[in-house]
Amino acid sequence: MGLDFMLNENLIAQRVKEIIAEQALVEPSEVREDMTLADLELDSLGLVECIFGIEEAFDVAIPFNANNPDESGFDISSVGAIIRQVEGLIAKQAA
Amino acid sequence: MRRVVITGAGSLNPLGANVPATFAAMKAGVCAIGPLTCRDVDRLTVQIGAEIKDLDPDAHFPRNSIPLLDRFTQIALVSAREAVAQAGLNLTEEEQFRAGVVLGTAGGGNLTVDDNFRTVYQEGKNRVHPFVVPRLMHNAAASHLSMEFGLKGPGFTVSTACASANHAMGQALMLIRSGMADIMLTGGSEAMLGFGGIKAWEGLRVMSRDTCRPFSRDRTGMVQGEGGAVFVFEERERAMARGATILAEVVGFGLSSDASDIVMPDRDGPVRAMRMALADAGLSPDTIGYVNAHGTGTAANDRTEAQALAEIMGAHLPDCPVSSTKAMHGHLIGGTSAVELLACLMALQDGVLAPTVNYTEADPDCPLDVVPNHAREAHVDAVMSNAFAFGGLNAVMVLRRAA
Repeated sequence: MGLDFMLNENLIAQRVKEIIAEQALVEPSEVREDMTLADLELDSLGLVECIFGIEEAFDVAIPFNANNPDESGFDISSVGAIIRQVEGLIAKQAA
Repeated sequence: MRRVVITGAGSLNPLGANVPATFAAMKAGVCAIGPLTCRDVDRLTVQIGAEIKDLDPDAHFPRNSIPLLDRFTQIALVSAREAVAQAGLNLTEEEQFRAGVVLGTAGGGNLTVDDNFRTVYQEGKNRVHPFVVPRLMHNAAASHLSMEFGLKGPGFTVSTACASANHAMGQALMLIRSGMADIMLTGGSEAMLGFGGIKAWEGLRVMSRDTCRPFSRDRTGMVQGEGGAVFVFEERERAMARGATILAEVVGFGLSSDASDIVMPDRDGPVRAMRMALADAGLSPDTIGYVNAHGTGTAANDRTEAQALAEIMGAHLPDCPVSSTKAMHGHLIGGTSAVELLACLMALQDGVLAPTVNYTEADPDCPLDVVPNHAREAHVDAVMSNAFAFGGLNAVMVLRRAA
């Protein structure tokens, strides 16, 4: 499954949105890249579940530290930011 | 002294998904022991247990909260909802500070531990779900009850193996008596019918491979179950002032330690716990009309418990029915004495004594009226419920008809 995602970045974005939507209790189509986690009313537990879900889906390790989310080296300022970094992690892993 | 009454009861156990269903099954003498369905059951020597057949998490909890709820927590929440509804609790903010929760469990989130050990050890994964800790902790059930019902007073979990729920309910009693709380949700729950949980019990070689026959001469050991019950304990004056229906009064609690052996039962410790509970209740042994025994179905427990009961009851023993409902619902470990308190409530409220099912042959070492196989009508005014745990920690509750 990993290869498919690496071949198509849209698929990565779609899968990340699905994972976030699952936690935010909304439809994937309602998740837009400009949205923040606050827009989606995701609390801290929902966020760590998203991180876990993304790690499981793409078999990557996300450098996220819930103690200090702003300085953990993983930008969670918007859905789009998360997607770009996941794409980066997958690309790095493939390299 | 402040008196304590029960104003609500709820349960989810192998006999039923609520108290009325449980009472009906107890009256019918249903045995809920059957084949286990857990993963890798073929690798277990013991393949029977009393499972809850129809616990659908989606029917009870929002999708996003289910990852936080181990099965033992789900059982406690479902039970508590029934108890709180029956009690008609509607707490003001001030009352919330005077309301608490104390629950018993032996294994806590044992299934969560088992699942995640499998993930990291067997499957070799290096990542686990983020909620493993909040799921597995022994206080998870108590915490979720506090959140759901706004219980902002004392909250904690008691873990004393097979006596956990009785110890918990004893704590609830004392907190209300002492004036530290007015309302306590209390009881216990257990869910460890997974591969690891059963494998651990197998190791002790005290488990039956066919069924549970407490006090029967041909008994072959204990059978594990899963489930629990939760009660609303309330200060009596308060309950009466608000016109609550009083199910029973909690009049006595006794506890003791054998201080002798980590697994072998002892006569002296249970005798002291029963004596203390009766003294606490201000009742003489001959006023007890029914005893719900610990009655695990092991050779040693049942013989020792019969001796302890003989010492306490003396000449009253032949006139005091003693049953073990574990033959019906299995040994629910840390939650067992909560479900067994339901049999005590049934005796007081409905005048029906729950039977000891699967009983085939009298044992001269257990000369008790065990209410064999069929429920019996009886008018009782006071009842006693025994719990004698591994580790030699004993806890006994005494209830009296609401007056």
